[in-house]
Amino acid sequence: MNEINQLFDSKLICVNLGLERFFEAMCDQNLRAAHVDWKPPAGGDVRLMEILRKLNS
Amino acid sequence: MVMYNTYKQNAYYDSVTLMLFSSKLASVEGIKDAAVMMGTDHNKSLMMKSGILTEELARSITPNDLVIGIRGEGDDHIQQALKVLEEQFENKRQSVAGDERIRAKTLESAVKQLGNPNFAVISLPGKFAGDEAMKAMKNGMHVLLFSDNVSIEEENRLKDYAVEHQLLMMGPDCGTAIVNGAALGFANVVPQGNIGVVAAAGTGLQEVSVLIGRMGGGISQALGTGGRDVKEEVGGKMMLLALNALNNDPQTQVIGIVSKPPSPSVMQRILNLIQNFQKPVVACFLGGDEKLVAGAGVVAAETLREAASYLVDLSQGRQPQKLPDEDVDGIVAGERAKYAASQRYVRGLYSGGSLCYESMLLLEKEIGGIYSNIAHGEYELKDVESSKGNTLIDMGDDYFTDGMPHPMIDPRLRAERIKREAQDESVAVMLLDCVLGYGAHENPAGAIADAIHAARGSGKNYITYIVSVCGTDADRQNRGSQEKILRDAGAIVMPSNQQAALLAAKILKQKAE
Repeated sequence: MNEINQLFDSKLICVNLGLERFFEAMCDQNLRAAHVDWKPPAGGDVRLMEILRKLNS
Repeated sequence: MVMYNTYKQNAYYDSVTLMLFSSKLASVEGIKDAAVMMGTDHNKSLMMKSGILTEELARSITPNDLVIGIRGEGDDHIQQALKVLEEQFENKRQSVAGDERIRAKTLESAVKQLGNPNFAVISLPGKFAGDEAMKAMKNGMHVLLFSDNVSIEEENRLKDYAVEHQLLMMGPDCGTAIVNGAALGFANVVPQGNIGVVAAAGTGLQEVSVLIGRMGGGISQALGTGGRDVKEEVGGKMMLLALNALNNDPQTQVIGIVSKPPSPSVMQRILNLIQNFQKPVVACFLGGDEKLVAGAGVVAAETLREAASYLVDLSQGRQPQKLPDEDVDGIVAGERAKYAASQRYVRGLYSGGSLCYESMLLLEKEIGGIYSNIAHGEYELKDVESSKGNTLIDMGDDYFTDGMPHPMIDPRLRAERIKREAQDESVAVMLLDCVLGYGAHENPAGAIADAIHAARGSGKNYITYIVSVCGTDADRQNRGSQEKILRDAGAIVMPSNQQAALLAAKILKQKAE
């Protein structure tokens, strides 16, 4: 079975990045979920982000 | 009048949290206008136009800074507002610190805490969203990417990886999915069943899944692709992957496709794929010709309601039947009798883009060209702030959502627009959607009702308000109570977006005859 069909057969375990109301929705449905208190990487410095991206790729 | 401005460097809050902060500030006694926003160019320009940000300060603020602008009657009022704002920041900090649910600083830490997550929902600002989506997939997660403003190159990079690793990468600009019964993003509580749907149209998917439930059917999986997926540049990568997955899914017995017409080469790839399926397929290519799918063994549906109806028929072993026309002549005659001679036009204000698009197509067919921010050519509305003739506006379009919450979450911009349109003496009918479900505002009908009351108080003419509620009784807002709020405010509530648009068309058509 491929990854997507395996997902259709599994209980969802979710990570939420961004709007907290989507995390609330996951919790309301009793899904196992985590919310990421996200901050822009490199303090949002676009040039520094580009350097980090190259280092990580 | 006193104006106060300040900003905090590198302080990130999401747009919904900031919307709540702004409303709290605006409700302080003596405060005339206030906003707390991230310092994007669009937000800075909005604040400058409102007279709550000076040009001089705006120059030193970057998109990563939090900007605060307040205008009030006196210094005391400003000080009181700042105190309220400090309380909001503190409440937010405490609610995060006291939250016993799993919270993490980074995606990597969330993965460690959860063990083996299989899904990520990402609604970060577009320029950061792609990197996080890639990280999620590299950690084995399927992704719903809600964010817009993600480049097409980035979309292709993400989807190429997804296809290679057989992962769902729904989006960018994908609002809705239901996976194995879990509603993700903007999605409704609908019965589970044997109908699988893939859509390149967010509220189109919500409307079809809601109507399927109401007609007695159920959803196995509802997957979004993002609107650009079926364009030449992306090549239908996620549409094809998702269709294949539904074909291999034992829960799914009938497959639906909802989308604007794909590019010709993408359409060919879709047809080549589905003609080998044993499962029946219903395709609703909004605005497309039925001939597009002729010969491919596909049932073509013209509207979202028709698609839902055909899918339910097939899922219960029946031949798909055309829905009968509804008799609305009594309503039409009753409303027409109330208009002044100057009232000739419809104005539609939508929070759902696909709902706006479907209405535009239906109205065009009946009453001719419709001006819109989502129309092309002659009828493209150049200035989205000024309606003319028959106009429909998609208020979820980038113009309205850059740095601002989506209108399904924050109804204020639409409420203002309803009041403004009602002042126009040429307007006879106002068409509105009211979208319920996870992610959406807790009482959208209440916000519409308040706007209708305010508009009726200030407008000169009687206006017909036609609303359709996209939602179910199991949604936390409850469809029945939401419809009652709208009816009590004097609106006509129709059971689907299609029926709402057709009622408006009939009223205007007969008026013109």
